[in-house]
Amino acid sequence: MELLQPVKEEKTKKEAKINKVMIIVSKATLENVYASFILANGARMEGIESELFFTFFGLEAITKSKLEHLHVATVGNPAMHIPTMLGGLPGMEAFATTMMKKEMEKLDIPPVDEFLEILSASGVKMWACKLAMDMFHLEEKDLIDDLEGVLTVGDFYNRAHGEGTHLMFI
Amino acid sequence: MEKTMAGTAIRVTEEGYLEDFNQWSAEVGAEIAAEEGITMTDEHWKVIDYIQDQYKNEVPLTIRKVGKSGVIDIKGFYALFPGGPLKKASRISGIPKPVSCI
Repeated sequence: MELLQPVKEEKTKKEAKINKVMIIVSKATLENVYASFILANGARMEGIESELFFTFFGLEAITKSKLEHLHVATVGNPAMHIPTMLGGLPGMEAFATTMMKKEMEKLDIPPVDEFLEILSASGVKMWACKLAMDMFHLEEKDLIDDLEGVLTVGDFYNRAHGEGTHLMFI
Repeated sequence: MEKTMAGTAIRVTEEGYLEDFNQWSAEVGAEIAAEEGITMTDEHWKVIDYIQDQYKNEVPLTIRKVGKSGVIDIKGFYALFPGGPLKKASRISGIPKPVSCI
């Protein structure tokens, strides 16, 4: 009986390289904001183009009066390993946030305001969502100076035409 | 693997980082830079000096640290080493590939 030969994988596919990442930031909890910032910055470090689109609560991360006061979510997050009832007590969010910020500083992860400056200096384009701005009664002057501009969803998609562009929703 | 650079056999990783920092010389650095499409200037060398100092002092590198070094700001760093400044500058400096995510 003839033995079956292992099927050799044909290399017909062209290597799919990531050329650009477009990240939608929809939440303003510290963990989500940092996740998107680190992904955007990490892309630039690899020579990949990157853009951030801030929508809904994500807008807080680029709102001048709010961005320094983002919190970790302590309720409804099983990975916090504290009972949800305790997580809801006054001061818990602030406490957990302080703890997390301490750990991040040790790893040389910058605070939100400095991180935004780094992103801008690194060539990350940052956009705000028009509809969400209208909803929260925000004007461009309320948002960071490094903002590239205000876009509709359509405008945002139109920036994603290039080959090797990836969209992420955080 | 081995690669001949600046007339000597240099041990490099698959990604082209030097395996032994002691084999580094400015000529080797300039040759790696040329591979990356970079022509070295005084500005470039100042950054390389800084990066090598950090390596010798065993300080892990991040973009943020380079930006605060006083040698160059982040915008300038990206302009000098386009398309992945920390990796390219590390390679030219003859130090291992950076492991930082920031």
